[in-house]
Amino acid sequence: MTARQAHRSSLHLKNVAIFRGNRFVLNAINLAATQGDTVWIRGANGSGKSTLLRAIAGLLDIHSGTVDIIGTVALSDENLALESNLPLSKALQFWAFLDNATPQDSVVSMTAMDIMSLSEVPVRYLSTGQRKRAGLARILASKASIWLLDEPYNGLDSASTAHLDAAIVAHSNAGGITLLAAHQSPSINVSQSVVLDRLEHAA
Amino acid sequence: MKKFIQLVVREIRLAWIGGGIWLPVIFYLAVATLFPFVTGPDKALLARTGGGILWIAALLSTLLPVERLILPDRQSGVLDQLNIRGWSDELIAVVKIVGQLFAFAIPLLLATIIASALIGLPESKLQTLLIGLAFALPALSGLAVTISALTAGLNGASALGGLLLIPLAIPILIFGAGTLSDDPGNAMQLLAATAVAIAALSPFAAGAALRAGRN
Repeated sequence: MTARQAHRSSLHLKNVAIFRGNRFVLNAINLAATQGDTVWIRGANGSGKSTLLRAIAGLLDIHSGTVDIIGTVALSDENLALESNLPLSKALQFWAFLDNATPQDSVVSMTAMDIMSLSEVPVRYLSTGQRKRAGLARILASKASIWLLDEPYNGLDSASTAHLDAAIVAHSNAGGITLLAAHQSPSINVSQSVVLDRLEHAA
Repeated sequence: MKKFIQLVVREIRLAWIGGGIWLPVIFYLAVATLFPFVTGPDKALLARTGGGILWIAALLSTLLPVERLILPDRQSGVLDQLNIRGWSDELIAVVKIVGQLFAFAIPLLLATIIASALIGLPESKLQTLLIGLAFALPALSGLAVTISALTAGLNGASALGGLLLIPLAIPILIFGAGTLSDDPGNAMQLLAATAVAIAALSPFAAGAALRAGRN
Protein backbone atom coordinates (compact mmCIF):
# COMPACT_ATOMS: atom_id res chain seq x y z
CA MET A 1 0.00 0.00 0.00
CA THR A 2 1.13 3.50 -0.66
CA ALA A 3 2.24 5.58 2.25
CA ARG A 4 0.25 8.78 1.86
CA GLN A 5 -0.32 11.61 4.22
CA ALA A 6 -3.77 12.01 5.68
CA HIS A 7 -6.21 13.90 3.47
CA ARG A 8 -8.36 16.71 4.76
CA SER A 9 -11.41 16.49 2.61
CA SER A 10 -15.13 16.99 2.56
CA LEU A 11 -17.81 17.18 -0.09
CA HIS A 12 -21.22 18.77 0.44
CA LEU A 13 -23.97 18.96 -2.15
CA LYS A 14 -27.07 20.92 -1.26
CA ASN A 15 -30.18 20.79 -3.43
CA VAL A 16 -28.16 20.47 -6.60
CA ALA A 17 -30.08 20.62 -9.86
CA ILE A 18 -28.64 20.26 -13.33
CA PHE A 19 -30.53 21.39 -16.37
CA ARG A 20 -29.45 20.08 -19.75
CA GLY A 21 -31.07 19.92 -23.14
CA ASN A 22 -34.29 21.57 -21.97
CA ARG A 23 -34.95 19.28 -18.99
CA PHE A 24 -33.70 18.63 -15.50
CA VAL A 25 -31.26 15.75 -15.57
CA LEU A 26 -30.81 15.90 -11.82
CA ASN A 27 -32.88 17.59 -9.19
CA ALA A 28 -32.63 18.07 -5.42
CA ILE A 29 -29.45 16.06 -4.95
CA ASN A 30 -28.05 16.17 -1.42
CA LEU A 31 -24.86 14.62 -0.18
CA ALA A 32 -22.61 15.13 2.81
CA ALA A 33 -19.39 13.16 2.66
CA THR A 34 -16.51 13.63 5.07
CA GLN A 35 -13.09 12.09 5.51
CA GLY A 36 -12.89 8.41 4.77
CA ASP A 37 -16.35 8.11 3.21
CA THR A 38 -17.04 5.82 0.28
CA VAL A 39 -20.25 6.82 -1.46
CA TRP A 40 -22.14 4.69 -3.96
CA ILE A 41 -23.98 6.79 -6.56
CA ARG A 42 -26.58 4.32 -7.75
CA GLY A 43 -29.13 4.55 -10.48
CA ALA A 44 -30.22 3.00 -13.74
CA ASN A 45 -28.63 3.80 -17.11
CA GLY A 46 -29.33 7.39 -18.02
CA SER A 47 -30.21 8.45 -14.50
CA GLY A 48 -27.45 11.05 -14.44
CA LYS A 49 -24.61 9.36 -12.56
CA SER A 50 -21.92 10.55 -14.96
CA THR A 51 -23.51 13.98 -15.17
CA LEU A 52 -23.37 14.31 -11.38
CA LEU A 53 -19.69 13.34 -11.28
CA ARG A 54 -18.85 15.78 -14.08
CA ALA A 55 -20.72 18.54 -12.25
CA ILE A 56 -18.81 17.82 -9.01
CA ALA A 57 -15.58 17.91 -11.02
CA GLY A 58 -16.58 21.39 -12.20
CA LEU A 59 -16.98 20.43 -15.84
CA LEU A 60 -20.70 21.18 -15.99
CA ASP A 61 -22.61 24.22 -14.84
CA ILE A 62 -25.02 23.71 -11.98
CA HIS A 63 -28.48 25.17 -12.42
CA SER A 64 -29.19 25.68 -8.73
CA GLY A 65 -27.94 24.52 -5.36
CA THR A 66 -24.43 24.56 -3.96
CA VAL A 67 -21.38 22.34 -4.16
CA ASP A 68 -18.76 22.78 -1.43
CA ILE A 69 -15.52 20.91 -1.88
CA ILE A 70 -12.51 20.82 0.40
CA GLY A 71 -9.62 18.97 -1.18
CA THR A 72 -8.59 18.17 -4.73
CA VAL A 73 -10.66 16.18 -7.17
CA ALA A 74 -9.71 13.44 -9.64
CA LEU A 75 -12.10 11.98 -12.20
CA SER A 76 -11.91 8.64 -13.97
CA ASP A 77 -14.55 8.20 -16.65
CA GLU A 78 -14.89 6.47 -20.01
CA ASN A 79 -12.31 8.83 -21.54
CA LEU A 80 -8.85 7.58 -20.78
CA ALA A 81 -6.99 10.85 -21.53
CA LEU A 82 -3.78 8.91 -22.14
CA GLU A 83 -1.88 9.52 -25.34
CA SER A 84 -2.40 6.45 -27.51
CA ASN A 85 1.05 6.42 -29.14
CA LEU A 86 3.09 6.63 -25.95
CA PRO A 87 4.15 3.66 -23.82
CA LEU A 88 1.84 3.34 -20.83
CA SER A 89 4.42 4.44 -18.26
CA LYS A 90 5.27 7.60 -20.25
CA ALA A 91 1.60 8.42 -20.75
CA LEU A 92 0.94 8.10 -17.01
CA GLN A 93 4.02 10.11 -16.11
CA PHE A 94 2.72 13.00 -18.22
CA TRP A 95 -0.21 13.40 -15.82
CA ALA A 96 1.90 12.59 -12.77
CA PHE A 97 4.09 15.56 -13.69
CA LEU A 98 1.06 17.85 -13.98
CA ASP A 99 -0.17 16.54 -10.61
CA ASN A 100 3.16 17.33 -8.89
CA ALA A 101 3.69 13.60 -8.38
CA THR A 102 7.04 11.93 -8.86
CA PRO A 103 7.74 9.15 -11.40
CA GLN A 104 8.01 6.94 -8.31
CA ASP A 105 4.36 7.71 -7.48
CA SER A 106 3.25 6.55 -10.88
CA VAL A 107 5.29 3.36 -10.54
CA VAL A 108 3.63 2.69 -7.17
CA SER A 109 0.18 3.27 -8.62
CA MET A 110 0.91 1.04 -11.62
CA THR A 111 2.01 -1.71 -9.25
CA ALA A 112 -1.17 -1.24 -7.20
CA MET A 113 -3.26 -1.70 -10.35
CA ASP A 114 -1.05 -4.60 -11.53
CA ILE A 115 -0.13 -3.01 -14.88
CA MET A 116 3.60 -2.74 -14.25
CA SER A 117 4.25 -5.46 -16.85
CA LEU A 118 2.54 -3.28 -19.48
CA SER A 119 4.66 -0.19 -18.87
CA GLU A 120 6.40 -0.35 -22.27
CA VAL A 121 3.25 -1.19 -24.24
CA PRO A 122 1.76 1.68 -26.26
CA VAL A 123 -1.60 2.72 -24.85
CA ARG A 124 -3.45 1.93 -28.09
CA TYR A 125 -2.65 -1.81 -27.75
CA LEU A 126 -4.26 -2.14 -24.30
CA SER A 127 -7.42 -4.20 -23.82
CA THR A 128 -10.61 -2.79 -22.30
CA GLY A 129 -9.79 -3.96 -18.79
CA GLN A 130 -6.17 -2.85 -19.06
CA ARG A 131 -7.27 0.60 -20.23
CA LYS A 132 -9.63 0.85 -17.29
CA ARG A 133 -6.82 -0.06 -14.88
CA ALA A 134 -4.53 2.49 -16.55
CA GLY A 135 -7.14 5.19 -15.97
CA LEU A 136 -7.43 4.15 -12.33
CA ALA A 137 -3.64 4.19 -11.95
CA ARG A 138 -3.73 7.83 -13.11
CA ILE A 139 -6.17 8.57 -10.26
CA LEU A 140 -4.03 6.73 -7.72
CA ALA A 141 -0.92 8.69 -8.70
CA SER A 142 -2.74 12.03 -8.66
CA LYS A 143 -2.77 12.24 -4.83
CA ALA A 144 -6.19 13.87 -5.09
CA SER A 145 -8.26 13.60 -1.94
CA ILE A 146 -11.63 13.11 -3.65
CA TRP A 147 -11.90 10.33 -6.23
CA LEU A 148 -14.78 10.41 -8.69
CA LEU A 149 -14.96 7.00 -10.31
CA ASP A 150 -17.49 6.49 -13.10
CA GLU A 151 -18.37 2.80 -13.49
CA PRO A 152 -14.88 1.74 -12.31
CA TYR A 153 -15.79 -1.97 -12.23
CA ASN A 154 -16.82 -2.18 -15.89
CA GLY A 155 -14.48 -4.47 -17.77
CA LEU A 156 -12.47 -5.48 -14.71
CA ASP A 157 -11.90 -9.16 -13.91
CA SER A 158 -12.13 -10.39 -10.31
CA ALA A 159 -8.39 -9.98 -9.62
CA SER A 160 -8.43 -6.38 -10.88
CA THR A 161 -11.60 -5.69 -8.90
CA ALA A 162 -9.76 -6.81 -5.77
CA HIS A 163 -6.87 -4.46 -6.62
CA LEU A 164 -9.27 -1.56 -7.04
CA ASP A 165 -11.10 -2.38 -3.79
CA ALA A 166 -7.81 -2.48 -1.92
CA ALA A 167 -6.85 0.90 -3.38
CA ILE A 168 -10.19 2.44 -2.38
CA VAL A 169 -9.92 1.06 1.17
CA ALA A 170 -6.38 2.46 1.46
CA HIS A 171 -7.59 5.83 0.16
CA SER A 172 -10.44 5.81 2.63
CA ASN A 173 -8.13 4.90 5.52
CA ALA A 174 -5.93 7.86 4.56
CA GLY A 175 -8.96 10.14 4.90
CA GLY A 176 -9.90 10.39 1.25
CA ILE A 177 -13.41 10.39 -0.17
CA THR A 178 -14.44 8.06 -3.00
CA LEU A 179 -17.58 8.48 -5.08
CA LEU A 180 -18.44 5.33 -7.01
CA ALA A 181 -20.99 5.70 -9.76
CA ALA A 182 -22.14 2.18 -10.59
CA HIS A 183 -25.36 0.56 -11.70
CA GLN A 184 -24.45 -2.62 -9.84
CA SER A 185 -23.60 -2.97 -6.19
CA PRO A 186 -19.87 -2.42 -5.62
CA SER A 187 -17.95 -5.23 -4.00
CA ILE A 188 -16.75 -3.14 -1.06
CA ASN A 189 -18.63 -1.75 1.89
CA VAL A 190 -19.90 1.73 1.21
CA SER A 191 -20.60 4.19 3.98
CA GLN A 192 -23.59 5.76 2.23
CA SER A 193 -25.38 5.73 -1.08
CA VAL A 194 -27.18 8.29 -3.20
CA VAL A 195 -30.02 7.01 -5.35
CA LEU A 196 -30.75 8.85 -8.56
CA ASP A 197 -34.21 8.53 -10.07
CA ARG A 198 -35.01 9.20 -13.65
CA LEU A 199 -36.80 12.49 -13.98
CA GLU A 200 -38.90 11.53 -17.01
CA HIS A 201 -41.71 13.95 -16.37
CA ALA A 202 -39.82 16.89 -15.00
CA ALA A 203 -40.02 20.00 -17.10
CA MET B 1 5.78 27.41 -16.04
CA LYS B 2 7.46 24.02 -16.35
CA LYS B 3 4.03 22.46 -16.77
CA PHE B 4 3.17 25.00 -19.45
CA ILE B 5 6.34 24.08 -21.35
CA GLN B 6 5.54 20.39 -20.91
CA LEU B 7 2.13 20.94 -22.52
CA VAL B 8 3.60 22.99 -25.38
CA VAL B 9 6.18 20.25 -26.01
CA ARG B 10 3.31 17.77 -26.16
CA GLU B 11 1.60 19.94 -28.80
CA ILE B 12 4.75 19.97 -30.91
CA ARG B 13 5.23 16.22 -30.49
CA LEU B 14 1.63 15.53 -31.53
CA ALA B 15 2.05 17.81 -34.55
CA TRP B 16 5.22 15.96 -35.50
CA ILE B 17 3.52 12.55 -35.25
CA GLY B 18 0.27 13.63 -36.89
CA GLY B 19 1.85 15.36 -39.89
CA GLY B 20 0.85 18.79 -38.58
CA ILE B 21 4.34 20.14 -39.17
CA TRP B 22 5.05 18.78 -42.63
CA LEU B 23 1.63 19.03 -44.25
CA PRO B 24 1.41 22.86 -44.26
CA VAL B 25 5.05 23.17 -45.34
CA ILE B 26 4.61 20.74 -48.23
CA PHE B 27 1.40 22.46 -49.31
CA TYR B 28 3.11 25.84 -49.18
CA LEU B 29 6.10 24.67 -51.20
CA ALA B 30 3.82 22.89 -53.67
CA VAL B 31 2.06 26.19 -54.42
CA ALA B 32 5.41 27.90 -54.90
CA THR B 33 6.52 25.13 -57.26
CA LEU B 34 3.33 25.01 -59.30
CA PHE B 35 2.77 28.74 -59.67
CA PRO B 36 5.59 29.31 -62.22
CA PHE B 37 4.13 26.51 -64.37
CA VAL B 38 0.87 28.41 -64.87
CA THR B 39 2.39 31.83 -65.43
CA GLY B 40 5.29 30.75 -67.63
CA PRO B 41 8.91 31.74 -67.11
CA ASP B 42 8.21 35.47 -67.00
CA LYS B 43 10.65 36.70 -64.35
CA ALA B 44 9.19 40.15 -63.97
CA LEU B 45 5.64 38.81 -63.57
CA LEU B 46 6.74 36.24 -61.00
CA ALA B 47 8.62 38.83 -59.00
CA ARG B 48 5.54 41.06 -58.98
CA THR B 49 2.88 38.47 -58.15
CA GLY B 50 4.84 35.73 -56.35
CA GLY B 51 4.70 37.40 -52.93
CA GLY B 52 0.92 37.63 -53.08
CA ILE B 53 0.62 33.97 -54.00
CA LEU B 54 2.77 33.04 -51.00
CA TRP B 55 0.48 35.09 -48.74
CA ILE B 56 -2.55 33.16 -50.02
CA ALA B 57 -0.68 29.85 -49.60
CA ALA B 58 0.28 30.74 -46.01
CA LEU B 59 -3.31 31.63 -45.22
CA LEU B 60 -4.73 28.43 -46.67
CA SER B 61 -2.10 26.21 -45.08
CA THR B 62 -3.32 27.56 -41.72
CA LEU B 63 -6.39 25.40 -42.23
CA LEU B 64 -4.56 22.11 -42.65
CA PRO B 65 -3.97 21.32 -38.94
CA VAL B 66 -7.38 22.63 -37.81
CA GLU B 67 -9.07 19.25 -37.47
CA ARG B 68 -6.49 17.73 -35.16
CA LEU B 69 -5.87 20.67 -32.81
CA ILE B 70 -8.85 20.39 -30.44
CA LEU B 71 -11.06 17.44 -31.39
CA PRO B 72 -8.71 14.56 -30.40
CA ASP B 73 -8.06 16.16 -27.01
CA ARG B 74 -11.76 16.66 -26.40
CA GLN B 75 -12.63 13.09 -27.38
CA SER B 76 -9.87 11.50 -25.34
CA GLY B 77 -10.76 13.53 -22.24
CA VAL B 78 -7.47 15.45 -22.08
CA LEU B 79 -9.30 18.80 -22.02
CA ASP B 80 -11.54 17.59 -19.17
CA GLN B 81 -8.56 16.41 -17.16
CA LEU B 82 -6.77 19.75 -17.64
CA ASN B 83 -9.91 21.63 -16.58
CA ILE B 84 -10.19 19.51 -13.44
CA ARG B 85 -6.57 20.38 -12.61
CA GLY B 86 -7.45 24.06 -12.71
CA TRP B 87 -6.26 24.93 -16.22
CA SER B 88 -8.67 27.52 -17.60
CA ASP B 89 -9.96 27.18 -21.15
CA GLU B 90 -8.13 30.39 -22.08
CA LEU B 91 -4.84 29.03 -20.79
CA ILE B 92 -5.36 25.80 -22.73
CA ALA B 93 -5.96 27.95 -25.82
CA VAL B 94 -2.69 29.80 -25.17
CA VAL B 95 -0.86 26.45 -24.92
CA LYS B 96 -2.34 25.40 -28.26
CA ILE B 97 -1.45 28.73 -29.92
CA VAL B 98 2.14 28.68 -28.65
CA GLY B 99 2.36 25.09 -29.85
CA GLN B 100 1.21 26.25 -33.29
CA LEU B 101 3.91 28.94 -33.31
CA PHE B 102 6.55 26.24 -33.08
CA ALA B 103 4.82 23.56 -35.12
CA PHE B 104 3.39 25.80 -37.85
CA ALA B 105 4.68 29.38 -37.89
CA ILE B 106 8.43 28.78 -37.63
CA PRO B 107 8.53 25.91 -40.19
CA LEU B 108 6.51 28.07 -42.59
CA LEU B 109 8.91 31.01 -42.18
CA LEU B 110 11.81 28.72 -43.00
CA ALA B 111 9.91 27.32 -45.99
CA THR B 112 9.34 30.88 -47.21
CA ILE B 113 13.05 31.23 -47.91
CA ILE B 114 12.93 28.16 -50.15
CA ALA B 115 9.61 29.17 -51.71
CA SER B 116 10.84 32.63 -52.64
CA ALA B 117 13.87 31.08 -54.32
CA LEU B 118 11.57 28.81 -56.32
CA ILE B 119 9.50 31.77 -57.48
CA GLY B 120 12.49 34.05 -57.89
CA LEU B 121 11.50 36.88 -55.57
CA PRO B 122 14.06 39.68 -55.31
CA GLU B 123 16.00 39.84 -52.03
CA SER B 124 14.28 43.01 -50.82
CA LYS B 125 10.82 41.51 -51.35
CA LEU B 126 11.83 38.38 -49.50
CA GLN B 127 12.84 40.45 -46.49
CA THR B 128 9.52 42.31 -46.47
CA LEU B 129 7.65 39.05 -46.92
CA LEU B 130 9.46 37.42 -43.98
CA ILE B 131 8.79 40.38 -41.68
CA GLY B 132 5.15 40.50 -42.74
CA LEU B 133 4.66 36.76 -42.22
CA ALA B 134 6.41 36.94 -38.85
CA PHE B 135 3.70 39.39 -37.76
CA ALA B 136 0.86 37.50 -39.39
CA LEU B 137 1.61 33.91 -38.44
CA PRO B 138 0.90 34.28 -34.68
CA ALA B 139 -2.47 35.75 -35.61
CA LEU B 140 -3.11 32.93 -38.08
CA SER B 141 -2.13 30.41 -35.39
CA GLY B 142 -4.63 32.03 -33.04
CA LEU B 143 -7.33 31.88 -35.71
CA ALA B 144 -6.54 28.22 -36.40
CA VAL B 145 -6.98 27.30 -32.72
CA THR B 146 -10.16 29.38 -32.43
CA ILE B 147 -11.69 27.81 -35.52
CA SER B 148 -10.61 24.38 -34.35
CA ALA B 149 -12.36 24.93 -31.01
CA LEU B 150 -15.48 26.29 -32.72
CA THR B 151 -15.84 23.45 -35.19
CA ALA B 152 -14.64 20.52 -33.03
CA GLY B 153 -17.10 17.68 -33.39
CA LEU B 154 -19.22 19.26 -36.11
CA ASN B 155 -19.92 17.50 -39.38
CA GLY B 156 -17.86 18.95 -42.20
CA ALA B 157 -15.60 20.76 -39.75
CA SER B 158 -12.85 21.36 -42.29
CA ALA B 159 -15.16 22.90 -44.90
CA LEU B 160 -16.74 25.08 -42.23
CA GLY B 161 -13.26 26.02 -41.03
CA GLY B 162 -12.44 27.38 -44.47
CA LEU B 163 -15.59 29.47 -44.53
CA LEU B 164 -14.78 30.88 -41.08
CA LEU B 165 -11.12 31.60 -41.71
CA ILE B 166 -11.42 33.51 -44.96
CA PRO B 167 -13.46 36.49 -43.69
CA LEU B 168 -11.46 36.64 -40.45
CA ALA B 169 -8.14 36.57 -42.25
CA ILE B 170 -9.00 39.07 -45.01
CA PRO B 171 -7.52 42.09 -43.16
CA ILE B 172 -4.26 40.21 -42.68
CA LEU B 173 -4.18 39.24 -46.34
CA ILE B 174 -4.94 42.76 -47.59
CA PHE B 175 -2.34 44.50 -45.43
CA GLY B 176 0.13 41.67 -45.90
CA ALA B 177 -0.07 41.85 -49.68
CA GLY B 178 0.02 45.64 -49.37
CA THR B 179 3.47 45.53 -47.81
CA LEU B 180 4.79 43.98 -51.02
CA SER B 181 3.50 46.67 -53.38
CA ASP B 182 5.81 49.30 -54.84
CA ASP B 183 4.19 51.90 -52.61
CA PRO B 184 3.74 50.10 -49.29
CA GLY B 185 2.73 53.20 -47.28
CA ASN B 186 1.57 52.21 -43.82
CA ALA B 187 0.71 48.65 -44.77
CA MET B 188 3.29 47.13 -42.41
CA GLN B 189 2.04 49.13 -39.42
CA LEU B 190 -1.56 48.24 -40.22
CA LEU B 191 -0.60 44.59 -40.66
CA ALA B 192 1.22 44.56 -37.32
CA ALA B 193 -1.69 46.26 -35.54
CA THR B 194 -4.29 43.88 -37.00
CA ALA B 195 -2.16 40.82 -36.32
CA VAL B 196 -1.44 41.81 -32.72
CA ALA B 197 -5.14 42.48 -32.09
CA ILE B 198 -6.19 39.12 -33.55
CA ALA B 199 -3.44 37.22 -31.74
CA ALA B 200 -4.31 38.89 -28.43
CA LEU B 201 -8.05 38.24 -28.73
CA SER B 202 -7.90 34.69 -30.03
CA PRO B 203 -7.16 32.96 -26.67
CA PHE B 204 -10.37 34.46 -25.28
CA ALA B 205 -12.41 33.52 -28.34
CA ALA B 206 -10.96 30.01 -28.38
CA GLY B 207 -11.45 29.68 -24.60
CA ALA B 208 -15.11 30.66 -24.91
CA ALA B 209 -15.54 28.14 -27.73
CA LEU B 210 -13.93 25.41 -25.63
CA ARG B 211 -16.25 26.20 -22.73
CA ALA B 212 -19.33 26.19 -24.94
CA GLY B 213 -18.29 22.88 -26.48
CA ARG B 214 -17.98 21.21 -23.09
CA ASN B 215 -21.56 21.69 -21.95
